[in-house]
Parts: sequence; C-alpha cells; structure tokens
Amino acid sequence: MFGKLTLESIPYHEPIIMVVAAFMAIGGIALFGLITYYRKWGWLWNEWFTSVDHKKLGIMYFIVALVMLLRGFSDAIMMRTQLAMAAGDAAGYLPPHHYDQIFTAHGVIMIFFVAMPMVIGLMNLVVPLQIGARDVAFPFLNNLSFWLFAVSAILVNISLVVGEFAATGWLAYAPLSGIEFSPGVGVDYWIWALQISGIGTTLTGINFFVTIIKMRTKGMTMFRMPIFTWTSLCANVLIIASFPILTATIALLTLDRYLGMHFFTNDFGGNMMMYVNLIWAWGHPEVYILILPAFGVFSEVIATFARKRLFGYATMVWATISITLLSFVVWLHHFFTMGAGANVNAFFGIMTMIIAIPTGVKVFNWLFTMFRGSLELTSPVLWTLGFIITFTLGGMTGVMLAVPAANFVLHNSLFVIAHFHNVIIGGVVFGMMAGLTYWFPKAFGFTLSEKWGKRSFWCWFIGFYVAFMPLYVLAFFGAVRRMQSYPNPEWQPWMILAWVGAVIIMLGIVCTIIQFWVSIRDRKQNADVTGDPWHGRTLEWSTSSPAPFYNFARLPEVGDIDSFWSQKQRSEEQLEEAPYTDIHMPRNTVAGPVISFFALVIGFALVWHIWWLAGVGAVGVFVSFMARVFNDDIDYYVPAAEVERIEREHQQRVEAQA
Amino acid sequence: MATDTLHHGAAAEPHEHHDASGTKLFGFWVYLMSDLVIFGSLFATYAVLMRGTAGGPTGADIFELPLILFGTFALLISSFTFGMGVLAMHANRVGQVKVWLVITFLLGLCFLGMEIYEFQHLIHEGFGPDRSGFLSAFFTLVGTHGLHVMFGMIWILVMLVQLSTKGLNDMTRPRILCLSLFWHFLDIVWICVFSFVYLMGVL
Repeated sequence: MFGKLTLESIPYHEPIIMVVAAFMAIGGIALFGLITYYRKWGWLWNEWFTSVDHKKLGIMYFIVALVMLLRGFSDAIMMRTQLAMAAGDAAGYLPPHHYDQIFTAHGVIMIFFVAMPMVIGLMNLVVPLQIGARDVAFPFLNNLSFWLFAVSAILVNISLVVGEFAATGWLAYAPLSGIEFSPGVGVDYWIWALQISGIGTTLTGINFFVTIIKMRTKGMTMFRMPIFTWTSLCANVLIIASFPILTATIALLTLDRYLGMHFFTNDFGGNMMMYVNLIWAWGHPEVYILILPAFGVFSEVIATFARKRLFGYATMVWATISITLLSFVVWLHHFFTMGAGANVNAFFGIMTMIIAIPTGVKVFNWLFTMFRGSLELTSPVLWTLGFIITFTLGGMTGVMLAVPAANFVLHNSLFVIAHFHNVIIGGVVFGMMAGLTYWFPKAFGFTLSEKWGKRSFWCWFIGFYVAFMPLYVLAFFGAVRRMQSYPNPEWQPWMILAWVGAVIIMLGIVCTIIQFWVSIRDRKQNADVTGDPWHGRTLEWSTSSPAPFYNFARLPEVGDIDSFWSQKQRSEEQLEEAPYTDIHMPRNTVAGPVISFFALVIGFALVWHIWWLAGVGAVGVFVSFMARVFNDDIDYYVPAAEVERIEREHQQRVEAQA
Repeated sequence: MATDTLHHGAAAEPHEHHDASGTKLFGFWVYLMSDLVIFGSLFATYAVLMRGTAGGPTGADIFELPLILFGTFALLISSFTFGMGVLAMHANRVGQVKVWLVITFLLGLCFLGMEIYEFQHLIHEGFGPDRSGFLSAFFTLVGTHGLHVMFGMIWILVMLVQLSTKGLNDMTRPRILCLSLFWHFLDIVWICVFSFVYLMGVL
C-alpha cells in the first residue's frame, strides 16, 4: 500500500534530526497560524501564489532561496564543527553516514536551491524592466517554473524527516549512487528533486531567451542592452543547452536504479565514467549559469556608482559570449585523473586556462570603470570590490587546478573545496547580495539599511578568508575532502580556525536578517519616492518603485546604451505626454501551483515506490494541464483610464512623500 | 519617418500580444532544440555502450530490418500527411485538417504498434533492457523517441477536440503549427535512429 514507506522510515533514533525537525515544525505551525490569524491565505493565493507577474515571482524565488540558505548554512556549520572536534582519536558528534548526508545536502541545497533561485529570481525581477517589456514571453510557464522549483525544495526538506538524503556527494557519482551501493531512498530523493526543479529551470531558460530576443522595446538593439540583460541572455543559452543533459543523465541513473538497467554499473557492459562525463558536461556550464549574471550585477553596480559609462561595453559583451562558448569545452578538467591520456588532458587544461582571458578582460573593464570615476562606497560597491579581489584570487587557484600535472596532486583534496568556495562565495554570493541591495528598492519601494548591509559585507568578507584560507593550507598537508574525521592532530588548529571563519560568516547572515528587520521598520524614512534612488542608467529606474504591474505606463524608447541616463541629462521626461493606451496583460493562473503540487506527489510516490500514488499524481498533472489548455480566458486589457488613475495616484503619493 | 513607423509596428507587436503566434513558434523552436540535446545525450550514450553487450546479443543478432522499415515508412508518410493538414489549415478548411490529423494519428499508431511489438518480442526472448549496457542504451534511445510519438498522438487527439469545439482561431492555429514542428522533428530524430542504430547495427 505504501511501498517502502513505513513508520521506521522516520529517524526517531537520531536526536539531531529530531530537534531540527521539531524546530521546522514549530516554525511551520507558527507561520501557518499567523497567516490564518491575519486571514492572509486568500491574499497569498490570489496575489502571490497564482501570480504571473515576473516581479512577484522574482521576490518569491528570493524568499525561498533565503530560507534554503539558512538550511544550507546550518549544514555548513555542522560540518565545520564536526571537523573542529574530530582530530586524532576523537569521533566528533556526527556519525559518518549522517555526515555524508550533510555534505551532500549542503552542496545540493546551496547550488540548486540557493544560488540558482537567486540568479533566476534576479533575472525575473530585472530583465523585463531593463528591456522595457511589460512581461515575459510566457507568463504562465514562468509561474510553473517557480512552483516546480518550490516543490523540489519541499521534497528535499521532506527527506530530512521522512527517510534520508543521498550520502553520495552533491553530484551522486555512479556506481556509488547505483542501487547496489546506495540501496536506500536518499539517492531517489536527490533524483526527483533535481529532475523536477531541472525541468522548471529549462522552461525558465527558454522563457527568458525568447523574452530577451523578442520583446525588447523600440530602439533597443542587441548592442544597446544593459550588461545584466546580456549576461542573463548568455546564462539562458547555457540553461537551454546544458540542462537537458542533466535531465537525460538523471533519467539514465533512474533507469539503472528502478529497472535494473546497466548504464553506469560495474558489470554487464555499463560504463561508470560515462556518468562522470555526462554530469560534468552539464555541471561545468552550470557554474557559468551562476556566475555570468553575477558579473552582470557588478557591471551595473560599478557603472551606476562610479557615475560613468561602463568601460569597454563591447568587450564586456564579447567576453561574456566567449565564456559562454568555452564553458562547453572544459568539462573534463573535473576529472583529469580519469586517465584519458596526456593529449586529451592537455587540450582540456589549455581550454580551461583560456577562459581566464575573457574573465581578465572583465576584471580590467571594472577597474577602468572605477578609474577616475567618482565612486560612492555604498554596500553594493563594497560587495563588488570584495568580489574583484576574492574572485581574482579564486580564479588563479582555478588556473592552478587546470594544470593536469598539478591536478593529479590536488584532486579530491581540500584545495578543490577552497577553490570553488573562493569563486562561488566571492562571485555568486557577493554578486547576489550586491544585486539584492541594488534592486531591492525597485521591488519594494524603499532602500535597505546601509549600516547593516556594510556590517554584513565585512562579516562575509573576513569570514570567508578565515574559513577558507586554512583549507588551502590543509590541502598541502594532505587533507582530502569529504572526510568525517582525521588521524593527524596537527591539522586541528587550522580546522578550528576554519570553524571561527564559519561563525563570522554566520554573523554576516545575522546582519542581513537584522538589515531586513531594520529596513522594514524604517521603510517610511527610506522610501524611494523617485523610482531612481541611485541615479541609475538603465530603464528599470525610469518607472516607479515598486513598479506597477504593467511595468511601464508608456513603453520607453531607447536611442543609446544607458539611454535613461542620457535622457535624464537632457531632462526629456516632461516631453512625453502621449495619451495612455489600453494595456494587454496575462491573467493569474492556478495551473502552476496545481500542476506542481501533483509533480510533488509523483516525486514523493516514486521515491517510496508507491506506484498507485504516482499514477494519481500523473493523472493530476494531465488533468490540470488540460484544464489550462482548454481555458481561453487567459488575458485581459487594462483600460487606459485605469492606467491613468494608477499613474495619478502614484504621482500624488510621490508628492505627498517628497 | 516612414521607416520609423514601420520599425515601431514591428517592435511593438510582441508587447501588445505577448502570446502572439510568432513568439510562441519561436519559443517552441527553442524548446525543440533543448529536446534535441536530450536525444544527443542518448545517442552519445548509445555510441559508448554499443559494444557493451556483456555476452548478450549484438544489434545484428536482434534487429529485424523489414519490420523496422515498415514502421519507418509509416512515420515518414505521417509527416507528409501532417504537412497536408497544415496546408488545409492555411486554406481554412477545418474538416480537411481533422481528416489529415486522423490519418496522421493512425500512421503514428502503426509506428508505435511496430515498436511495442519489437520491444515485447525482445523482452520475451530474454533480451530486455536489463540484459546488457547495449540493450539498456538501445531500449532507452528508441523508447524515448517512442514516448515522444505517444505524446504527439495525445496532442493530436487534444487538437481534434479543440478543432471540433473551437474551430480554427488565434489559439488553435499556433498550436497546430507547433504540433507539426514537433511531429516533423520526431521524424528527423527517427531517421537518425534508423541510420545509426538499425542500419549501422546490422552492418
């Protein structure tokens, strides 16, 4: 009746998990109670959950990502604590099997459920505004993508309490992830969480690619697009070309596990190294999907706060395009030790090093933009400066890893861990924090507290170095990754230092939470009445904050890069007095959340082999999708009079606040 | 000035009707390209595992070309009949569109029947997908194509219902066009399957 699911599947005997589960339950019940008490369910459902507004979806992506950041960071600090304790004969407090699940969950959560939704959330919030569009190309698919991602995050969290999570490392290398060596449900949770959210990501990639290609406003040629839009475009190309590989790879692993096939098994003609090749053919482009939009954020921030046009716009675009192309010919550097031979390794080593060239071009462009600009040291700029220093350092250790001979020594050591945290924290996290601070007023109509933003930055910046520099050192002592304890007590001081670093980073996260609290409390004082709090250069700053649901009452026209800036210099805004027109908008839809709910049912049922329930879920997906297909009432017109009323109300509010 | 107006008309179109048929078709093309990457991955997998027979049968031992050729022709002709359906749509003849779609559906059914028979026969002989890496890759590549054909056939049924209830309008026309792209796409993929898997398999 319930497949493999029994009451024994709930890990009562693990006190740590039970405490965490209790906290989650208390938090969940409290949240549920508050929403019910304030009677906000209808509002949440009608205004947010079923919304097809890209700005609201962007905000929801960020909220889920920040919650998952807390979960991923809890995993991190548990690991650091374990390693600070488990020297010599000491065993620490986490048994190996639990420790293995924690490092797996940490990687999976941080990449798929924190970094990806932050990047996609920022694209949602910003890209349509930057290109002067009223929406994305396929608003319903946008909502569906979000919910597919959200239910996958739920599936990962269910694994904490019901059953177990994978203990294989975040990429679930075969044959370890095969049924023979991982007979439990952990890998199945991994499979279905990634499969469902991966489909959502592919849909997002298609959606934003088409949006950017087809829906730019009048006069915005490709080479007048803001850099963030350019980097998003390239990231979406990477999503379209690489996520299907992930889908296929996970499907093959699924067939191995569920139907006894032999793609990645040791015996019967399977080939386990094919798994490693396939997963990295997706995995390497994936890191550029994360970092390219972060590069875009830094370009916007630097140009805005240096009050200068970005240095070398065209080279920035071409550097982005080169990185996009090169990212597909370097995957083998993740496993030089496979034994592909000297020539193959040399090719992939050289290709990897070549990526440093366009990246270097970008770094110099940022530096020259600041040079002789009047740089204002706001918190987004601090994140950017911290990024330039940290990312350059991380890039250099990356070039070291790209030397196959050196890689044979460094492979699987803590050097790799230090390197990729160096570029992911220094690049993606700093980038997303900069972007969050920079575009927050556009989403909510008030700016974030600078004081707490800067405190958060310094904690993250210092904490990162204290936490990860010791890992480079430990790697040269011979410390490998994914170890639960170590025999050499001389490593312990470095491990304790790394733990201190993690605690400093935790203070950074606390500062961010206080930042939200303080900023929401003081929202009246920090209100952004003009819609352009930073004297921005791109179109998103030309509409009000928060932007109306139709984004622009009149669609803007563009004659240059940074058109809004030159328009302000000529103070042309007053000239536009064209009458308002009716605006065509999509209707909200329940199809996204409903289809995704049934996808969650399918995922959970397949994890536990509850075949009838999977059938119910499949029928649910089909029926709810058909209901959407047969619904013709999916859009409407906002009458010009209504637009005029909203715009006039906004004017009055601005005048009242000014 | 005249060119300016022209430019405005072209640029403003997608904003006013963001689900305009052009954007939809372009988006569907992009989807097909991403689907192609899935097939590309499966072809690569097949190429790697082709020789991983683990003492089981090779392609030459099990492929029955005459049967496959029958299915292949059914699918190729179905692409032609779908093309006729699209021509009928452009001529606004709903009845003819439906007739051509039904014929396409039946030809798809022939193809799928051939494939199910082949799979069932192989499994019955003891050469199922769990026999060897080669057979896993074979069943998965061919089966994924077959699943796509099945989805295409379900889609044809849905379109038949929509054509009967709604007729040809701004909603159904782009859907028929997308479906035709999908159907031709599956034909192209099948030509690759037929050449790389079956023909090269028996060589």
